[in-house]
Amino acid sequence: MSEATPGRAVPTVRVQEAPFDLAAEAAALTAGRVDVGGLASFVGLCRADDGLAALVLEHYPGMTERAIRRIAEEACARWPALTGCTVVHRHGRLEPGAPIVLVLTASSHRAAALESCAFLIDWLKTGAPFWKREEFADGRPARWVEARAEDDAAAARWADA
Amino acid sequence: MRILYFAWVRQRVGVAEEEVAPPAAVRDVAGLMAWLATRGPGHAAAFAEGRQIRAAVNQEFAAPGDPVGAGDEVAFFPPVTGG
Repeated sequence: MSEATPGRAVPTVRVQEAPFDLAAEAAALTAGRVDVGGLASFVGLCRADDGLAALVLEHYPGMTERAIRRIAEEACARWPALTGCTVVHRHGRLEPGAPIVLVLTASSHRAAALESCAFLIDWLKTGAPFWKREEFADGRPARWVEARAEDDAAAARWADA
Repeated sequence: MRILYFAWVRQRVGVAEEEVAPPAAVRDVAGLMAWLATRGPGHAAAFAEGRQIRAAVNQEFAAPGDPVGAGDEVAFFPPVTGG
């Protein structure tokens, strides 16, 4: 883990099976401080596309948290106005409607919070070792979700920004 | 050397992890993949789609030419689909 840089936000990163509490996580980013002017959030949810019964998320314990932390630290370095940032990513079996991933970014002004939130979710799609398997209600065999070129493009746009 | 497999690579190989001692000629990720593919029909099936497989060495994403050696933890998996 890299050492903390003075004045730079230290990300909170968790990988867990349990659900997360958006309100509690947001409150934790603003508790006891009066310098936060904007809080951006993204919650990714499981959709019921194509008769999906559940998504099963596999990950690489050890590497997953490290990879997410690195991406989050990069966001804090790139947007120094960030006062805090939280990423919670779930694994295991998730049914339609269930929340999968939470990204929260807080900053003095809205631009840093909104931009870094988009950066984080774009990079989580392509830079964190998770794999989704789809299970179907009608007995069709489960299948692994394939990586999407659109996700690579979404992440790549931040390289040029 | 500790080898980990994830997602469909794990399913095809048939195990989630194994300890291996590749010959000295195996020096990089690509060489390790070629050698692992000879270990059995499951391995061969998994690594037949080598272009679809990504790797990590000691929990960092790695390229085919990156070095591997004794004591490393090397993982093979499909392109990631998180978020």
